[in-house]
Formats: sequence, C-alpha cells, structure tokens
Amino acid sequence: MTTLTSLARAIAAERGTAQRITTVRHVHIHERPLVLVPLTLAGEANAPLAAMVGTARDDARLLVVAQPRNRDQRFGFAADLAEIVLDYVALFTTQVELVATNRGRESRARYADGPQLIVPNPAGAAFVRMFGRSTRFRKTDGQWAVPMTVPVLGRWLTHFAERYDHPGSAALVALTSALTAHWATGQSALEDANLAALMGWLDPPAGMTGAEAGEAAEDPLAFPPAGPVTDPTFDNEVLAPLIDAYTDNPGEPALARLVAAVRGQIEPTWDLVWRGVELLRALPPGERVAVRWGADRDAYSSMVLGLADGRPPQPKRDGAVAAAGRLNRMERDQATYDVQRAFDDPLVLAEYRLSGEAFAGVVTAAQPDRVDTSGRRRVLRPHVTVLTQDPVRFTPGMELTSPARPSQKATVVSVHAGAADKAEVVLELAGGMGSSLQAPPGSVPEVGERVCYTAFGDAYQQTPDFPAREDTPWTHGGPPRDYVPTDGDAAEDWS
Amino acid sequence: MSDLDARLARLRGSAQPKRHTARTIAAMTANPGCSRRAVLDAAGVDKGRLATQVGFPARFGQSRFAITRGNAFEAQIKADGCAELLSLLREKLDLPLSEVGYQDLESLGNESNADRHARAREAITNAATEAGTLFDHPLLRMEVGGRAVYLEPDLIAFRLAGRFHVVEIKSFPVIDGQADPAKVAAAAIQSAVYVLAMRTMLEEQGLDPATVSHDIVLVCPKDFANSPAVTLVDVRKQLTVLRRQLSRMARIEELLDLLPDDLTVDPRPDADGVPTATPEELGAALHRVDARYAPECLSHCEIAYFCRHEARGETSALGRAVREDLGGIESIDTALALARETRRPTPEQEESAALLRAAARLRAEVSA
Amino acid sequence: MILDDVLDDLGSNRGVVVDSPPGAGKSTLVTAAAGRLARAGERVMIVAQTNEQVDDLIDRIAAHAPAVTIGRLSAAGYVPSARVLHPTVTVGQKVAELNGPVVTIATAAKWATIKEGSWPVAIVDEAYQMRSDMLLRVAPRFERALFVGDPGQLDPFSTVDIDRWTGLTWDPLQSAVAVLLRHNPDLPVHRLPVSWRLPTTAAPVVAEAFYPFTGFTAGSSPTDRTLAINSAPIDQLDDVLAMAASTGWAHYELPSRHTLRTDAEAAAACAALATRLLRRGAVAVSERERDGGPVTAARTARGTAHRDQAAAVRSFLDPAVGDVTVDTANRLQGREYDLTIVLHPLSGRRDATAFHLESGRLCVLASRHRQACVVVGRAGIADLLDAHPSTEPVHLDVPVRFPDGWEANQAILAKLAEHRIVAG
Repeated sequence: MTTLTSLARAIAAERGTAQRITTVRHVHIHERPLVLVPLTLAGEANAPLAAMVGTARDDARLLVVAQPRNRDQRFGFAADLAEIVLDYVALFTTQVELVATNRGRESRARYADGPQLIVPNPAGAAFVRMFGRSTRFRKTDGQWAVPMTVPVLGRWLTHFAERYDHPGSAALVALTSALTAHWATGQSALEDANLAALMGWLDPPAGMTGAEAGEAAEDPLAFPPAGPVTDPTFDNEVLAPLIDAYTDNPGEPALARLVAAVRGQIEPTWDLVWRGVELLRALPPGERVAVRWGADRDAYSSMVLGLADGRPPQPKRDGAVAAAGRLNRMERDQATYDVQRAFDDPLVLAEYRLSGEAFAGVVTAAQPDRVDTSGRRRVLRPHVTVLTQDPVRFTPGMELTSPARPSQKATVVSVHAGAADKAEVVLELAGGMGSSLQAPPGSVPEVGERVCYTAFGDAYQQTPDFPAREDTPWTHGGPPRDYVPTDGDAAEDWS
Repeated sequence: MSDLDARLARLRGSAQPKRHTARTIAAMTANPGCSRRAVLDAAGVDKGRLATQVGFPARFGQSRFAITRGNAFEAQIKADGCAELLSLLREKLDLPLSEVGYQDLESLGNESNADRHARAREAITNAATEAGTLFDHPLLRMEVGGRAVYLEPDLIAFRLAGRFHVVEIKSFPVIDGQADPAKVAAAAIQSAVYVLAMRTMLEEQGLDPATVSHDIVLVCPKDFANSPAVTLVDVRKQLTVLRRQLSRMARIEELLDLLPDDLTVDPRPDADGVPTATPEELGAALHRVDARYAPECLSHCEIAYFCRHEARGETSALGRAVREDLGGIESIDTALALARETRRPTPEQEESAALLRAAARLRAEVSA
Repeated sequence: MILDDVLDDLGSNRGVVVDSPPGAGKSTLVTAAAGRLARAGERVMIVAQTNEQVDDLIDRIAAHAPAVTIGRLSAAGYVPSARVLHPTVTVGQKVAELNGPVVTIATAAKWATIKEGSWPVAIVDEAYQMRSDMLLRVAPRFERALFVGDPGQLDPFSTVDIDRWTGLTWDPLQSAVAVLLRHNPDLPVHRLPVSWRLPTTAAPVVAEAFYPFTGFTAGSSPTDRTLAINSAPIDQLDDVLAMAASTGWAHYELPSRHTLRTDAEAAAACAALATRLLRRGAVAVSERERDGGPVTAARTARGTAHRDQAAAVRSFLDPAVGDVTVDTANRLQGREYDLTIVLHPLSGRRDATAFHLESGRLCVLASRHRQACVVVGRAGIADLLDAHPSTEPVHLDVPVRFPDGWEANQAILAKLAEHRIVAG
C-alpha cells in the first residue's frame, strides 16, 4: 500500500464509488481464458466438492462430487477436469513464432499464444496448486491406476501454480488480486478479498452505490462465498442433508437435488468472475503487458516440450539449487514487473515521484552539444536542466533513467531549490545518441519538453550461474538423491 | 466479592460469565490494545451474544463437515491407547519402547470440574516423579483475570527423560512438511495456554515447572491422507505473549477507572429470558468503552462488526497501513479536506497535510 | 587463545563458525586468521559482503602481514580506494590477472561469478548478512571455511515475499550460517566473549537484550572511557548531551504524537543534538587515547530505520559542521563511532510492524558507540509495544529466532527510561 492508493481508498470511501489506481491494465487478459471456480469440502485436505469450468460465460460445465470422501468419485472428478483442461491447453500448439535472442544473432521458437487460467481468488489458486500436487504422482497402472489424463492434469495445474508465484505472470490469475491491483474500494484490503463485496464496489447494480452494493454482498445467503470453502450454514443446513440422502439412496433424484444445490452456490461466483474479467478487459493494456505474456508463453512452450520429452513430474519441494535458481528468477521478475508498471503507467510512476524515487518536470535549459574533453577521448555529454515540483531526494552522482529514453543514462550533476517549492535538477546525459559528437534530433530532451527520470531502469539482467544439482555443496546438504515417485505416492490415500 | 469483581459483575449484568477456553484466552492476544475487548473479556461477557443483541451478529460458523473430520481424526489418533501416535512419538521424542502407559482422565459422569481437575493434578504430579504415561483429557486450571478457568488439552505426553510435552491434535493437513501458518499459529498459542497451566500446577505442587517442555507436539493429518504427521513446535514466544496478556488482565482496574461506575451491558432478561434492554441502550453502553478497530478484528473478534460500523469514516477502518499512508490522520473527511486544501492543517497536521497535498496534486495531474 | 582453538577446529572440521557480538574483534580475528593460514602456506579465499568491507580487510591484512601477497577480484568499473594501494595488492577482474596471490579476496557477489579454481580454505566475513543462495554459489570454490559474523544484526532480506521454501533446511532466504548449521549441526561454534567497542554502560544492556543466551562483557573498564563536554549547559540539548556523557545513554523524549515517519520535529532534534555536540567540542578518553581525542564529525553518526528519515535528519543539519554520517541501520552495520544519535524506529508510529520490531535493526542502532548513545523518540513507545498484536504466522520446522524483537525493544526501552529527559 502506498499513499496514492490509500488516498484513492479514502476518496472511494467518501464517494461510495471505487477509484482507478492505474491508467492502464497491467495484466494480460486472454480472449479465451479458462475460468475455473472450485469448491471444496470443509475440513478435508483440498477434497473437491465441485467445479464450474469453461472458456465462455454461457459455456459452463459443472462437475460435482456427490460423495467427496469417496476416492473413486474424486478420481472421476479429476478425469473430467483433466479432459477440459487438457483440451484447453492443447489449443495453442498450432502456431509458432520466432523470437530473436542473443542480440538478434539467434532465434528460438515459442508458441504464438498460450493458455490462461482464471480463478476467483488466491485461495482458488491454492486449490490449483494442491490439486496438482495430489494428482501428478498418480500411476496409470497397477493397483491404484487412474486414467492417463489425471497425472498430466496434475502437471499442468502445477505448471499454472508455479507461474502464479512469478511476479507479473498472467498464466494463472486470481481475480480479486487482479481487480484490486487496478481499483481501490472504500473498504479495507481484507474485505476486498470477498469477490462479491469487491464486485459490488466495482460494478454496483443500478440504483445502488458501490458502498451499498459491497455491504449487501457480505450476506453469504444472498452471495455465496467465492470458495473454495463453502458457507458453513449452507454446509450444515443444505449440503450435509443432501449428501446424506444421496449416500443412503444414490439415485438420480437425490443426485439432481444435490447438483442443483451446489449449482446455486457456484453459479453466482461464475457470473461475478466473468463480469470481473470483462471489467479488466475493458481497460487499455499497458505497453509491456505483451512482453510479460511472452514470458508466460515461453514457460508454456517449455512445458509442452517437457511433457513430450517425458520429463518427470515436478518434485514435491525444490532442491537447494532449484530453490536458489527459482528465487533468483522471482526477484528479477519482481524488479522487472515493478519497473515496467511504472514505465507503462503515469499513475504508478506517480507513486515513485511521491516517494522521491522519480521526478517529472519541464526542461528549462539544454546543452545538447556539450562535449566532455577531460578523458582520453572526447565524448558527447549533453546537460539538461529540469524544473520539478516533485520532492527530489537524489544527490549528485546518482544515475537515473527516463522511460522515454530507456537506453540513455542520466547522471545527477546538481540539485538546487528553485522558486515556489520547485527544484532545479541538472543532468548529464550519456548513451542513446549515436556515436558521433552530434546528438541526433530527439535524442536529447529539448527546452519545454516534459520529462521524467527514475532511479530504476528496465535494463536486461543477466542470469547468474548456480552449481549443477549434482554439485550441490556440502554447506547445503551435498548432492540430493534423485526423487523417484513411488508406489507410496500413487497409493497416497485420499481420506 | 472484591470491589473489582462486583464492578465487573455489574458490567456483565445478570448473565452467567462466559467460560474461557484455551481458544478464547489465545484470542485475547490478537488485539491487546483494544480496551473494549479487554473490559468485556475481563467481565466474562458473552461477546457473541452481545453482538447479536446490538444488531451486528458475528459471522463465525463451523461446518459440520469440519467438525466431523476433526472428531474422526482425534478418535483415530487416540484409538487403541494412542497406539499409532505412540510409535510416532517414540521417533520424535526418543520415547523408550516399553514403559509407556495411557491414562484417560475423561470426566466420570457427574464429577465437578474441581474434582476432575484434582484427579488430573494427582495423576500428573505422580507421573512427574514416576513412570511415563500419556494422559488423555486431563482437566487443567488457570487463573484468568482473577477467576479460575478449566482447560482441557487434547493430550499430555510424558517421557522418561523427565519432561512433559503437550500434544495438540488438529485436523488441518501438513502437506509436504508445510501447513497453513495461521492455523499453526493458533494451535501454538492454544498449546502455550496448556503449557502455562501445566507449569503453574506443577509449581503449586512444589515441582519444577521447567519439566513441562516448551516444545509442543502438533499432530495433524499428513498430506492428503488420514495418517498422522508429528511436528514439534517451539512455543516460547507464545508463552511470553500470554504471560504479558494475563498480567494485563490483572491491570484491568486502570481501564475501568476511565469508565462510568454504573456502566453495564446487561441485557436485562425478563422472566422468559427475553432481553428488555434495547439494542440502542446496549450499543450506547458499548460506545463508552474505547475500541481499537482494525479490519483484522473481523476474523477473530465476535463484536467486530459493531466496531466496524462505529469506525465508519475513519481511516483505520480502511486498514492500519492506509491510516499510516495517510499520515496518521484519523478521519477520512479530514484527510481529504487537507489533501484538497479546503481545510487548514493544525500545526500538528502540517507534515501530513503536505504529503496529502502532494499526493492529491500528483493524482490530479496524472488522471487529468 | 581463541584464534588457536578456532584454527585447530578448522583443521579437523569442514567448517567453523565464530559468533561475534558488536565490536568483539571480528575484523582482528579475520585478519589474524588470514595471516596465520597464509604463513602456514595455505592459499586463502576471503569472502566479504560489500566492496567497502573488502577494501577494509585488504588494508588490515596488508598492514598485519606485509609479506603476504593479496589479490583483489573486482567487478568492471571498480575504482580502487586508497586503502588497497599496498605494494602486495593486485587488483583484477579475473583470477588469472592476479598472479597467484596467497590471499584472494572479493565480495560474495564477485566470487559467485568465478566458475573455476578451488581454495583449500576460505574465510567468510559477515556470514550472517549473507544469504543462503549466495553461499550456494560461492561454496564450490572452497574445501573448508571459517564463518565469522554477528548473529544479532539484521537478517538478509528478499524483494519477494513467498513461503514456498519455509521449513526446508536449504531455504534460500535464510542466512549462510543458518543453512550451514542446519546441514552440519555438529560444526564447532565459537563465540567472542568481549566487546572492545561497547563501553561498560552499554555492553550488559545490549548483551541482555540481543544476546540473551550467549552474552558478552565489555573489554574496557568504567574508568577507561570518559566523554567530556567542555562548556556549561545552557539548555535541554546540553542536558541531554551531559546525560549521555556521564551515563552512556540518553533518551530525549518528545511529546507524544502520531507523525509521518519523516517526523520533522524529531529529525530536527536529532540534527540539533548533533550540531550542538560538534559546536561544544567533546573530548573522548579511551584505552586508545589516554590523553583524550576530539570527537570530530567523523567520529559520530546518526542512525535511522528508513532512508527517508536519514534524508530528513540530513536536511536539518547545519552545513557548517562538516560532512557527517546519517544512515540507516542496514548501512551502519559493522561501523563504529564515539557517539551515536539514534531516531527510535517506533517514534511516532501508531502501529508497530514487524519491520519496526525487528531486533536486528534496534541492535545495530544501539551498538555502534564507544562512548554514548542518544536515542530520540516520541513518548508513547511503551504503549505502542504493549498494544502490539502477536498474531504472527508460525511455520513448521523453522527454528524460532531469538531474541524476539518485542522483548528486545522492551528491554532497551526499560533501560532508556532511566536516562530520560522530557523535551519541553
């Protein structure tokens, strides 16, 4: 949370209407995402009760486990879900694009599109992770055989869950998180976690304010929870008797009543998710959203290849080397995501301007042809003076970047207090101006131009080296044993 | 009855004081700065019922499925004298194979709490000097705000090396060695209540309280199955927190001194038990006691929806971090008026106002 | 002699850990150990965490062992500081450029890029500030290693908040020492028992608050250290400085108020105290300077929790007093001054967060001084601590960290209460 989003929250509370906190959309929204609304049975370890799933609002499939404690029924559910998910992820393997690598000297292929899974909330993403964990080690032969598609489903769900951990990834989207990254409501972040209340604020029915709609949506009878955990009152008063009735008399009528009751709990969330997706889709995408979606497609391409190559299922926990490597990728993704959002969106950038990590202003003087002769070689080092109202916390010598000229380095020469609370910053520019001693037009900001400089840049970060897994040093337990899924994994009981 | 007790009884009114459990004692540590909660807890007010009476019922419910699952798991663990658990404990605590007994200290029908506690005390005290036994359903006793509270841990294990370990059985899963940190935290603080009660009991018997280990044994279902996973959890930090909170309960008089002497949340039930006090009356009484509302209260305090309603218009209702971001200004209207320069800041508000103005200027500039 | 024991242990173990409380002679130990190993004919690899630390160590080792050749590995763009300009020192970006020195030294980040070569023994300095994943990258280069660091200071941190690896013994987010000891629990751990920096007024306080199980004592005696301010007090600022000079601590308490963290009044008070001290001219007597030495600007520092607070304090400093240090706890780690002026991390806060309560932060701020420490803060910190909710999540199989930040804060606050001067 920062002051600007908190201010937006205060304004939303005052007006009873949600406020935008970005000018653009920072998450990729697929034209055909797979929406998954899972429900689980309370008290059990991720035991599915039902799921509504599909790629269009009017094309929902409802899967219900009539007796969630029954192992065969759970695998029936897994097989049904697998059919839908595997069909969906196979949709994007038809078209390949080439991406330049190594500064254009080489190229590699990746799929031109990829899958996107959307769940209502972070708990839904956790369901995906856990269901992936509980299905990917299953065996398709022997005593505990499951259909071939079940362990493959497990790997795909795990793939989505692992992408979810990467900042800026849109392979698996938890809708409440995506919405609250773009709008501030007049309630707390904790209350925003309730999808119905959040959507009440963002998209109130006619005649109601967001505040009124948000509060009305807190009633679990009128607005069932977005899951995966169901409302306890529903469990006790509706679901339990229906499951008991079905267990006693497992016929079509009992099943139909059970399915209808579950549908009543899940369908409102299904509608809310699609409305939320449409709200996001209506926002213009930020320029670098496509770049990050490219990373998701890279991961998807690698996953498809890995499956084809017979790569083993993802391990239960990362080994020492894998953990360090993954942390490093996540930290780089986080840095990239933060910078890209700021560069794509003046409202996000404003947060940094407020905290003194960036400033924007107008160029009041420029020496575009200034040459530094102090070194061995004469070099072009233009100076520009920027007048800003932002609180500048930079000191001489610091290196800055401008979103408009990302390849140019700007070094702070001096900062002086100017008139009327303004500050005058003198910058020395290097790079992005060709190799002659004459700056090409447009490469140096001109007097009167509005410019912005930040303490962070969107530069490429090199991937560090880690030891090979089999070279894990003694400080970290030495080389780990290979993990081989056992019969025990396949047999793992589902209570 | 002391003056303090009389005062608290008056505040509570005609209702019986609410019985504390390890769970309610643990809950006290969640928002220790809230006077409203401290006073109501000290007086033994049933906050859930009061919340309903003032028109803001709590929204905690427990699913039948969860209860069934919890009971089934506990029964499974305790089956055959905890046979399954014992083999796991032997591994974790180096429990010698033989010499482990099992003693059920479950209530004997019409036995009083005091009697049952005495029986548990005797059994455990003997064990402190003799052989190792697993004690099931021992009734412990603890002073909370000057009143005796009886507590029933799931199990207490005893090993020959001379230390007691509290065993807590929970039905949330441990999957690949990880469990929901919030649930583990709740289990840890509840177990710390039992450790504290055990230590007090031993101390009262002239025995070394340190024989009760600060490592409690958490028993949960492993992965997606029903077989148990046993993990030791160090509750030293939770013990500190609890001691602090219990000593704060002892200082409740300082809080009461700030309140009118005749303050009461008595529902004044008529002969049929129907409250005659109006929600407005009760609400007005509650308003007299300062609350420290934060949105987190909604997940652990029964009266939180009342407090949330009261806090409407305050920046704290939007979250602790939001209030901090808005320069600590308490009212949303004030914060916005300062941001828009429609209100002159007091000298104390100058700095916050400057920040808010800058934020408003940036928002306007960019959104335009 | 502790060095003998440490090196003996290193002869028979793959790793040895030496815990060093503030000012306990960690650098001296590292320098002496490097010298002894080098003279014994071992090629030594030294890993420090920052370029600053590397240059400091080079300066010390070159002075201590003038016959030992030292190679400094550095990244492109490194400008050698005056401290490394010894005849025995070679600077290069690659191992091959160093001409096979006896001691090779670099930051952990630089070592992590070295993919070849092996050193029989390494010394890892500030090992508690190094992250486990960094050690993973560096460890293939050495066979045995001595790990030296201060367990009471700030833990390493990450920009991502994820508990994917919690509970794993190789969790990459923990410190290098933590990962080492979880995989090698039988390695010997030594502790330096004496702080040569902290005066007798501070050592027991810091030891009890931040090193509750191990402790340490002050190496100086109460009569060794005095701080004299040479003019009669005219106002409260002088009273605060006089209190600090005579008792080793002072708590300048401003009126209770919830503020921005860049609280101008508090920042101004920190700056005013600093300016006043330098104007008055203080003289510090210690074992090093029996006849006393002037407390110049360079021998004092101001510490804060956040960078913007440091900037705020700096903005109030009188430029006439010269270039003085104002920095965050993170950056003050490992540094030493005669007198420090600290803005209490909880001053003016309404809610205490984990950041503010982190014991390492307060430990760093309260343990930089040889003479005295002045803490500036608003009234109400005690209430704030009292009201702090204790609902932190608990992870399975993660060792509990001590001291608890809340407890440590209480202990320091109780001590400060004895040295309080209320502004007004």
